Amino acid sequence: MIAGLAFTAPWLLLGLLALPVLWLLLRAIPPAPIRRRFPGVALLLGLEDKDRQADRTPWWLLLLRALAVAAAILGFAGPILNPEPGQPGTGPLVILLDGGWADARDWARRQERALAALEEAGRAGRPVAVASLADTPQTLLPGTAADWQGRLGALQPKPWLPQDLAAWGTNLPEGGFETLWLSDGLAHPGADDLAAALLDHGPLRVVASPRPLYALHPALFDGGKIRLAASRSPATTETTVEISARGPDPSGTDRELARLPLTFAAGAPRAEAELDLPPELRNRITRFEILGQRTAGAVSLTDDTLKRRKVAILSGGADREGMQLLSPTHYLRQALSPVADLLDGSLSDVLPAKPDVIILADVARLTQSEQDGLLDWLDGGGLLLRFAGPRLAASDVARGDEDPLMPVRLREGGRAVGGSMSWGEPKTLAPFPEGSPFHGLAVPPEVTVTEQVLAQPDPELAGRTIAALADGTPLVTRKAVGAGQVVLVHVTANAEWSSLPLSGLFMQMLERLAVSTRAGGGAEQVQGLTWAPERLLDGYGQLADAGQLAGVPGETMAKVLTTGPGPAAPPGLYRNEERRVAVNAVNAETALTPASWPLAATVEGLETARALALKGWLLAGALVLLALDVLAALALSGRLPGLRRAVTVPMLAATLLAGAVLAPGSLRAQEAAPPPDPAADARAIEATRGVVLAHVLTGDAKVDEVADAGLRGLGEELWRRTAIEPEEPMGVDLETDELAFYPFLYWPVTANQPLPSPAAYAKLNRFLRTGGMILFDTRDGDVAGYGGGATPEAQVLQVIAAGLDIPPLEPLPRDHVLTRSFYLLQEFPGRYNAPDLWVEAAPPDATLEDGMPFRRLNDGVTPVILGGNDWAGAWAIRPDGSPMFAVGRGAAGEQMREIAYRFGINVVMHVLTGNYKSDQVHVPALLERLGQ
Amino acid sequence: MIQPADLRADLRARAEALGQSLPALLAEADQLARSVQLGAHGRRRAGQGDEFWQYRPAHAGDAARSIDWRRSARSDTHFVREREWQAVQSVTLWVDRARAMGFSGDANRPAKADRARLLALALAVLLLRGGERVGLAGGDPPRPGRAQLMPLLAQLDGDAPEDFGAPLTAGLVPHGRAVFLSDFLGPLPPLEAALAEATEQGVRGALLQVLDPAEEEFPFGGRVIFASMGGTLSHETQSAAELRARYLDRLAERKARLADLARSAGWHFSTHHTGQPAQSALLWLYQALEGGR
Repeated sequence: MIAGLAFTAPWLLLGLLALPVLWLLLRAIPPAPIRRRFPGVALLLGLEDKDRQADRTPWWLLLLRALAVAAAILGFAGPILNPEPGQPGTGPLVILLDGGWADARDWARRQERALAALEEAGRAGRPVAVASLADTPQTLLPGTAADWQGRLGALQPKPWLPQDLAAWGTNLPEGGFETLWLSDGLAHPGADDLAAALLDHGPLRVVASPRPLYALHPALFDGGKIRLAASRSPATTETTVEISARGPDPSGTDRELARLPLTFAAGAPRAEAELDLPPELRNRITRFEILGQRTAGAVSLTDDTLKRRKVAILSGGADREGMQLLSPTHYLRQALSPVADLLDGSLSDVLPAKPDVIILADVARLTQSEQDGLLDWLDGGGLLLRFAGPRLAASDVARGDEDPLMPVRLREGGRAVGGSMSWGEPKTLAPFPEGSPFHGLAVPPEVTVTEQVLAQPDPELAGRTIAALADGTPLVTRKAVGAGQVVLVHVTANAEWSSLPLSGLFMQMLERLAVSTRAGGGAEQVQGLTWAPERLLDGYGQLADAGQLAGVPGETMAKVLTTGPGPAAPPGLYRNEERRVAVNAVNAETALTPASWPLAATVEGLETARALALKGWLLAGALVLLALDVLAALALSGRLPGLRRAVTVPMLAATLLAGAVLAPGSLRAQEAAPPPDPAADARAIEATRGVVLAHVLTGDAKVDEVADAGLRGLGEELWRRTAIEPEEPMGVDLETDELAFYPFLYWPVTANQPLPSPAAYAKLNRFLRTGGMILFDTRDGDVAGYGGGATPEAQVLQVIAAGLDIPPLEPLPRDHVLTRSFYLLQEFPGRYNAPDLWVEAAPPDATLEDGMPFRRLNDGVTPVILGGNDWAGAWAIRPDGSPMFAVGRGAAGEQMREIAYRFGINVVMHVLTGNYKSDQVHVPALLERLGQ
Repeated sequence: MIQPADLRADLRARAEALGQSLPALLAEADQLARSVQLGAHGRRRAGQGDEFWQYRPAHAGDAARSIDWRRSARSDTHFVREREWQAVQSVTLWVDRARAMGFSGDANRPAKADRARLLALALAVLLLRGGERVGLAGGDPPRPGRAQLMPLLAQLDGDAPEDFGAPLTAGLVPHGRAVFLSDFLGPLPPLEAALAEATEQGVRGALLQVLDPAEEEFPFGGRVIFASMGGTLSHETQSAAELRARYLDRLAERKARLADLARSAGWHFSTHHTGQPAQSALLWLYQALEGGR
């Protein structure tokens, strides 16, 4: 059978066997003669027929009839194109959602699809089990559809991708069942096994989303530039996405710091771009995201990898010519210059530059002012790293009592072991103790210490020691000063006293101390530490505080960093002391591989591929053929006036048949040229019949419905109260519909809204420039303003508005014409009553004239109004005229709804009459000038 | 046995039908006749009549009362006012009422019989207006005057049961005129006999063949059983289109035969199609009667 075609009554197809019989039967019976009254018959008497050809039915008539009967048989057999297998299914139904971040792009539609399946199963009384495959595998327990509906609604996409689908395959319920798998279109590990296991139990339907999926790989720091890479699936035509780098501005507000386009070549699954930013900006970046993609995969958090700490290195001794390798700071500079910004100069010079780290290599004494400056700096969170050396050992710093810039008291002189003038072997390092920032670093045996300064045994010494030698003497000690810390390494920063600066361990220790940052990767850098989640990503790529989640052990973290996040360590920012690690949903190697399904599985789109019953078409075709047959039979028997000669009839039939065969081809040929679109014309006529309020279709069915109902409610009120008599509101698809017909667009902003295409932007800008008005409604007036941050809708609005040609905005001034274009209003509530309403800013030279209650603001209609009061919700009425949503509470709420209507009327009045009310202000002056 | 009441009812119904249709026919005929008369014309010679013809100088022998004093007063000679000669002719019309005449090839076209009646009546109107006597063959003898129209109307109505009609010679007035309106598709001998008899009586006139365009073009095809209107004749063919050429030959042959007959009897012959306007046929008829004098 043809793929995608099924029959509801296949046994009827046996009727096709009767066709040959029919053929013979029809062939034997010629068309019946007509009796025709004709006075001229007297002249015909005695005329013989030359040949008797018409006593056999002609072949083309036979063919026509056979086709008609075949079409009827096929039609009654109930063919269905793209059948939904198991539509009349029985037995349990298992609904699987991938549930990862890849689902977040159209989660609402997935839920709808799953709910539809649930309801269908509920009607059929089938037991159902629903599972999100991104969860930890668990046994599926079938329940009733009603049980699952609530739980399905609460299900949210996880910020990671399904990890181990094969494990789900072992947790399937017993017995046969049907599976509906809402796939995100990516190949996940073990998917084949799971699909095979599911197919063992029964039919498998796979629902795939048509929307392209984008993933942003972690940014890499490479040669002074940030390298960004993104992947996509499927790899189709050339596409450009925009990547936004966000971070706090100097005032601490999160905003976009940079934006760059990233172009995928046609057919390429991966694209890269480089971003060159000044270090000040670069260090601020907290996240990169692909604009318009609200998934965790399109967000890449940055951690210390991108940070370039400012490190000031100061040494006590003057540099001696030719003694580079003995310089106390040589190794530090070598180690840090690729990974940090080094500051040079004296201490008083570098302190105002607010370095992150100040390294004092063998510096003993500081002046009082330097010491005070350092202490202030430490209180602000600086890291002071000191290295010992001959000068420190020879000085009397921190001998008697503890120096504020020293973690411990030192014993005089220090010690030398394993040297030419001393006994004993050079000391090796002890493994780093738990709780030390170095815990988990491997200790190479070749690192030895020959000389060091010794700490005085003090009660705090053990607590302040973070690294020690094999014999227990402290090697690195640390104490907190204010928000900062002082770290003392008891050996020199050069290879004089130990071989530590020569080893790789030195670098790792600097990294662990957050002096330097790693150049990328580095799973070993997290080993041994416990990482406390600080802020976590949800499936939509939104950051939220982690709350009291347990820390993640370093081993898990290392695994997560290489293989990708999972339930054990969700994506987000993790902190260990000064260091932060970002776990991203997508790591550098993640490839978006399109899923492949077993042949036995049925793959359908998320909402397309509605089963198309062909019965009607086939029966209609049979009827048409039969009608043709009637015509042909009439023509053949001479009953068809206008067709004089039977000879023309086969030609006619041939033409008809040829026309039927060729018609699709010629239709296709016509499609190449832009055909006149009757539907668009009808829509244009509909839109221009009167004033039509329009709303932008967001793709979210519920929001669109509310917007439509809202505009209908507003239209009713306009009709009732004003001279504006709007027609039925219309939904406008920005991509396809012409906007020029509408004076006013209501645009409910949803968090999941796709960005308009460049063509749609051009249309919108033309619309705004030619006097149209858009009322943006983020519908978040209930939550906006709390917590400071922008709501997801507001962020989307920012992104959308970035491409629009919008003049400077200001909060609606009290004398704006909107406050009096029909009603006198000072607040503009919808379902919420947030005061913020933004309109085009008044010209700066607008002044208040004497005797006038308002400024002279005479120019134009504001092209946009931005607010979040969910006006459509307040305006919305049901078909019976009753309000759709409650507003506020009791009579006060109804009053608020009334004001909402008045606002709507004012807006529409403003759109349609412009500054007319502003002109009214001058009526008294005009009257006066006219001399009463 | 039909009850008298039924008879009466039937008669009344028919009378009412007649009353409805005939005035319409009459009005139509009147209109048709008027359209012809608009350019038509007297005998173009002096004679008895009502219409002024010419003034001529009076000769000896003219009655004094025939002198037109008004004209004579304008000159020295006397003038006589002559009136146009208006001869009285007896015209006998025969309209074929056989069932073949009831044929119409198209719902939009009148039946041949209707057209024939219309032509006959219009001709009658014209002739009566010209002062002639008009009658129907087989009916009352020709009478003058407009009052004659109603009896004519009454006699024109009704169909004969036979398939093809034969001309009646009963009402022919010797040396009068006759007009035969038929499709002449039936057997020819009755027509030949009628023409012979008319010639014997010195009657001259016109044969007007009224045909439906369908009969002229034979627009049929396929398997057809052709039957005469009465059903007495029938002919079956498998492919009517095949017959067309031969039918047309026979029709042409029939027309030639009719033209021959008419010429030998000194009559006029023409063919009229119901698809054409009636005026041309009426004009032809009128002129045929004129020219025959």
